[in-house]
Amino acid sequence: MLRIKNLQAKIGEKQILNGIDLKVNAGEVHAIMGPNGSGKSTLASVLSGREEYEVSAGEIDFLGKNLLDLSPEDRAREGIFMAFQYPVEIPGVSTINFMKTALNQIREYRGLPALDAVSFLQLMKERMSLVEIDQSLLSRALNEGFSGGEKKRNEIFQMAMLEPKLAILDETDSGLDIDALRIVANGVNKLRNKNNAIIVVTHYQRLLDYIVPDFVHVLYKGKIVKSGTKDLALELEAKGYDWIKNEVAVA
Amino acid sequence: MSKDNQVLEEITSKEYEHGWNVNLEADEAPKGLNEDTVRFISAKKGEPAWLLEWRLKAFRLWEKMTEPQWANVNHPPINYQDIIYYSAPKKKVTLGGLDEVDPELIKTFEKLGISITEQKRLTGVAVDAVIDSVSVATTFKDKLGELGIIFCSFSEAVREHPELIKKYLGSVVPINDNYFAALNSAVFSDGSFCYIPKGVRCPMELSTYFRINAANTGQFERTLIIADEGSYVSYLEGCTAPMRDENQLHAAVVELYTMKDAEIKYSTVQNWYPGDKNGKGGIYNFVTKRGLCAGDHSKISWTQVETGSAITWKYPSCVLKGDYSVGEFYSVAVTNNYQQADTGTKMIHIGKNTRSRIVSKGISAGKSQNSYRGQVHVMKRATNARNHSQCDSLLMGDQCGAHTFPYIDVENNSARIEHEATTSKIGEDQIFYCLQRGIDEEAAVALIVNGYAKEVLNQLPMEFAVEAQKLLALTLEGSVG
Repeated sequence: MLRIKNLQAKIGEKQILNGIDLKVNAGEVHAIMGPNGSGKSTLASVLSGREEYEVSAGEIDFLGKNLLDLSPEDRAREGIFMAFQYPVEIPGVSTINFMKTALNQIREYRGLPALDAVSFLQLMKERMSLVEIDQSLLSRALNEGFSGGEKKRNEIFQMAMLEPKLAILDETDSGLDIDALRIVANGVNKLRNKNNAIIVVTHYQRLLDYIVPDFVHVLYKGKIVKSGTKDLALELEAKGYDWIKNEVAVA
Repeated sequence: MSKDNQVLEEITSKEYEHGWNVNLEADEAPKGLNEDTVRFISAKKGEPAWLLEWRLKAFRLWEKMTEPQWANVNHPPINYQDIIYYSAPKKKVTLGGLDEVDPELIKTFEKLGISITEQKRLTGVAVDAVIDSVSVATTFKDKLGELGIIFCSFSEAVREHPELIKKYLGSVVPINDNYFAALNSAVFSDGSFCYIPKGVRCPMELSTYFRINAANTGQFERTLIIADEGSYVSYLEGCTAPMRDENQLHAAVVELYTMKDAEIKYSTVQNWYPGDKNGKGGIYNFVTKRGLCAGDHSKISWTQVETGSAITWKYPSCVLKGDYSVGEFYSVAVTNNYQQADTGTKMIHIGKNTRSRIVSKGISAGKSQNSYRGQVHVMKRATNARNHSQCDSLLMGDQCGAHTFPYIDVENNSARIEHEATTSKIGEDQIFYCLQRGIDEEAAVALIVNGYAKEVLNQLPMEFAVEAQKLLALTLEGSVG
């Protein structure tokens, strides 16, 4: 589904990604871990198409298309979804209205007719129960005055609505207490299927207890320095990132 | 250079979509302004002597006045002698129905996407269409007539209801009120008149669409709405003008008068030609709008969506004379490119237990300047007056300006005045969030801006709200930074 080859990216003059190679197939969950400043969030931003990052080398193929040629909105319409670490507030715009606009623009891109109000509502109700979110929250202005947990739940609700092929969860566990974490993880797990893929970007192993990855990659100084299964995450938890840093230094 | 700035550039190079010209042969007054011009206009309209005298008095006062300079706007001096003060379509007919309307006019409305026929069919709105200073069509008149409601052109009201005109003309905005009001009083061409009798709730939204058409023609509309005891009316005023290179002066006067227990809701969507992206051309809009809550428990509510004009100078106000009277002002003012807006309201509390509410949402983009200027004045006698003002500014890009000038004068200790103000910027993060959900930049800006202005847009009648939302999106598409 996604194939990243020798991806290098910088912001301003600062080189952050130094040649990333990654292959993600449908049905897989990949965790990207690494110490602060290793380039995790940059990778997520480059995939979603943030302008501030300049890709200086490398290729990204997404379902046969050159992802780097696509605008951020077209990437979304092709099926890339990013659950933001810090979801923004948009005063006066309800999540319902926001989702309706998004869904219909995506449908238009795909040559589908806009959903009428009734079908939209039906879809919304169904997805709401999937991620255990209350309708009153969705009627409020997007993320305005939401708690940390509500914001993250809202992100997962949006993911449920848009049914992406590839979802990138950027530090979704940050700022969540254990109950909120469980609800968010449950939502994600319900959305997992053999046709989609998920990249979980996280600093801590904690989230991976709930969203169990097929592969774990450790990012350090803008490169994937180690890949493994979920055991790698546990090992990291036990030994800390210094272990990886030392290993890289030796090599 | 970020993408947002690029889009901003693209948008600023977008031409005004309503720029077109309708070929209606004009019957014009000679250029310039003197007593003869005033006499010409009055004669042309076949006015009674008292009205001519009233105009001349206004003209003589105007001559002694000087143009106000306090507004936060800049423009080259206006040559009042270089303006044509009267022009009318030659074809003078009295119309019995829409089928008799000049097909050119119908085309005009269709280009705007608001054809009379559509409106008639879909919304049941009675439309008094004003093209180039003379009312061309008035619909639904019979139906309104059954209720005793008078809704007609100002000229017709002068002919048919002189007693009402004589009594109320200038009763809210005196001829010497300000420079532009005096000018209007001297040379006003036509406009709308509306009277709602005692206890009548007007069953439909009354609406006027204004157009400025012939080159070099100042437009001086006069609107007078009277709501008798216990009556209610919702009035819509919508404007759009064709492209024009020279600046055009527009100085309208709107007077609202509510008696005991009466309510007037006045909504405006203004989309006059704002000038091109370099600030060339555009309408100068110097309007005096004021409502007098004369009776106890009366209410006047102004809602405006201002997107057009090169310069806007406009302060729809409420004089709360009756005890327990209520004044409201809801405003969205958008400026882009080189537009300048100095707009706001005045709430004058005279009666006891009077209340007023101000919600102003300014949006500045491009190199524009957007000022809110508002006055809340609580007079000595106005025990227990209440005011709440909220003034928000939204900035797009880094070359525009937003300014707030609140004036609060309180002469009664029991008054409670609250003022809140915020300034924010559409963030790149907000835009990116939308993009990442598959929403393109134009739709994202529309979404964010409409969300920001929601409190005001919610005040508009449904059919107007949709139009206003489109207009906001159109004016601001992509102007983000």
